[in-house]
Amino acid sequence: MENKPGALMRVTGLFSQRGYNIESLTVSRTLDPTLSRMTITVDVEQNVRAQVIKQMNKLINVLQAADVTDGPAVNRELVLVRVRINQQTRTAVLKEAEIFGARVVDSTTEGFCLEATGDPEKLDEFIDVMRSYGEIEATRSGIVSVSLDNKKLRLSPPVPRGAAPEEVLELQGAE
Amino acid sequence: MSNLLSGAKILLNCLAAENVDCIFGYPGGVTLPLYDAMYDDPVKHILVRHEQNAAFAAQGYARATGKVGVCCATSGPGATNLVTGLVDAMMDSIPIVALTGQVSSKLMGSDAFQEADTFGITRSATKHNFLVKNIAELPQVIHEAFYIAASGRPGPVLVDVTKDAFQGQAHYTPVKEIHLPGYRVFTEGHGGQIRRAAQMMWEAERPYIYAGGGIIAANASDELRALTEALDAPAVCTLMGLGALPAEHRNFISMPGMHGSYAANMGMSHADLLIALGVRFDDRVTGRLAAFAPHAKVIHVDIDPAEVGKNRQPDLPIVGNVKRVLPKLVAELEGLAPSMKAKNAGSRAAWWKQIRAWKEEHPLTAETSPNEIKPQHLMAEIDRLSGGRAIVASDVGQHQMWAAQLIRFNEPRLWINSGGLGSMGFGLPAAIGAQFARPDKLVFAIVGDGGFQMSIPELATIVNHSLPIKIVVMNNGYLGMVRQWQELFYNNRLSEVTLSSFPDVEKLAGAYGFKGRTVDSVKEMPDALRAAVNEPGPYLLNVKVTPFENVYPMVPAGGAINEMVLRPPQPVEV
Repeated sequence: MENKPGALMRVTGLFSQRGYNIESLTVSRTLDPTLSRMTITVDVEQNVRAQVIKQMNKLINVLQAADVTDGPAVNRELVLVRVRINQQTRTAVLKEAEIFGARVVDSTTEGFCLEATGDPEKLDEFIDVMRSYGEIEATRSGIVSVSLDNKKLRLSPPVPRGAAPEEVLELQGAE
Repeated sequence: MSNLLSGAKILLNCLAAENVDCIFGYPGGVTLPLYDAMYDDPVKHILVRHEQNAAFAAQGYARATGKVGVCCATSGPGATNLVTGLVDAMMDSIPIVALTGQVSSKLMGSDAFQEADTFGITRSATKHNFLVKNIAELPQVIHEAFYIAASGRPGPVLVDVTKDAFQGQAHYTPVKEIHLPGYRVFTEGHGGQIRRAAQMMWEAERPYIYAGGGIIAANASDELRALTEALDAPAVCTLMGLGALPAEHRNFISMPGMHGSYAANMGMSHADLLIALGVRFDDRVTGRLAAFAPHAKVIHVDIDPAEVGKNRQPDLPIVGNVKRVLPKLVAELEGLAPSMKAKNAGSRAAWWKQIRAWKEEHPLTAETSPNEIKPQHLMAEIDRLSGGRAIVASDVGQHQMWAAQLIRFNEPRLWINSGGLGSMGFGLPAAIGAQFARPDKLVFAIVGDGGFQMSIPELATIVNHSLPIKIVVMNNGYLGMVRQWQELFYNNRLSEVTLSSFPDVEKLAGAYGFKGRTVDSVKEMPDALRAAVNEPGPYLLNVKVTPFENVYPMVPAGGAINEMVLRPPQPVEV
């Protein structure tokens, strides 16, 4: 996606306009600061998914939208969990955190703040386990994905301004 | 430096480079610098009486020519008034560029006088929109706007320009190149798919062409005609596609859908191959989707990949411009042996026989009555005067459906109506835009008594420019289409559909300085229409038609299109 004002609004607006519910959304700059990458999670049927992708590809600021549901891809999420502890639960919570590969990012006598990353299902389990120790507060980042396919970004070439529509057709047809 | 220009002047230079010859607009506070620059610019500005009508007039211009129509409004209320016209253009894929003023960039976000979030409000109303705060971006953005509006699947583009960008000074360098890396337009169609499509057409026993607004948008009428003749298949044109194939072409059936003809809908329902060209399987055409064209394989050619498979999954999709794809299909067909004519000749002949039988069984003919003016009779008279050659801009409602059913269009871009959004108040301003675009053409504005009353202010625009538009009000004293649904589906409880206190049109037109007349006698109606057409200037003809006529055939909402109601269930007593 081009990193332009309003680009994010176009994407989120498209979802609400067409009645798709966004489960999670992450967005950040890429190595090229003029571009951003978004990862969007939606819970829809396969044919609707194809429609979502097509509609997104129509947005002029979107360079390419792709479905990574079925393709080879790595999906990761981060969660920050604040959990209350007492003398009895302190060691057990630390042990559980270790099992999930979570790090302690803040520690007081009253509780921990734990940071875990992984695939979203693993984080669901981590949160469930932590909840068993009492009241918790969890903030999830939303999923970030990277496709493992070797797809090249296909971009449209420049066209001369004011070219007759037929000439533009020729130029655009060269794909 | 000699080429140091204001943003306003730069914008006008860009419009000149895009060959814009007229702008429909309405000035205001933040567009003052732009209007000041217009004062000595050759571009023609048409002062409408409401911004919504600027957008509709720009559409009328675009629909009549295929060129990009331009409208202009100030910030805040000016911009919000454009929104209906933008969404309307979006739904019907009409290329227009809307220019709006915005408060100074320093004031943006402060709830300044006449400030509105035009960029945010019009996001979903446009194909794309821009906010220009920096004068340096202005030329590039203006040209990108025209390019986006006209290319691919056409649509409306809005450019919101801050007052300081209009006022600033910069060097103007003409733009040579448009670079939109994320904007992909598919034009050619996949060669293998085209070959397979030709094969399917060759094998079909009951092929059927379903052509829509995409043919008109692509200026592909000749190409459609060539394919229709190569296949010798029956063809229907949707409400948006009327005129894509000449109404008098021997293969043309009529319009399909909710108020389509019996033959058109029966053909759809019995075809074994549906060749869908520049259409979007709109609910008003398909009726209940699950029951639509149940026996047909579908070939769908469209420039917009998102339309392919959106409503009906095609057996064979081709993403491309019909103007490029159809000639390739014809070439493929011609290469197949035995020839199209020899292959399946028997079943094709039987198919045509069946189609003709359906046409004869329930033809679309205008009913007349000796004592009153039937609305269908009025349309038939307009048709006679037009001879398939006049531009007809219609409003929305019953008169629109009767006009679509009964007026012939032998060329594309003659039939101008709000198909997708169905915006009342569209017809009159659209006729204004069309008459500016085609001063050589006879232009009718066919409007209902409801929609006309939404457009009355524009009579001033018509008079200012002596536009010889023939305004025909089909006056039944009701919001007829809403009343029709109340009669049929709401137990005849007629709620808020009576339009009393319609003005005396002779006085109304007279007050604006032109001629008008009311006609309620069926004997006088044809002559009154002819007199209106022969009048060198504008004419307002108010035709009092039978109030309780309804549009048939009709497919009830949610019904299958072969389950048409052909006549009123029983005569409605007043």
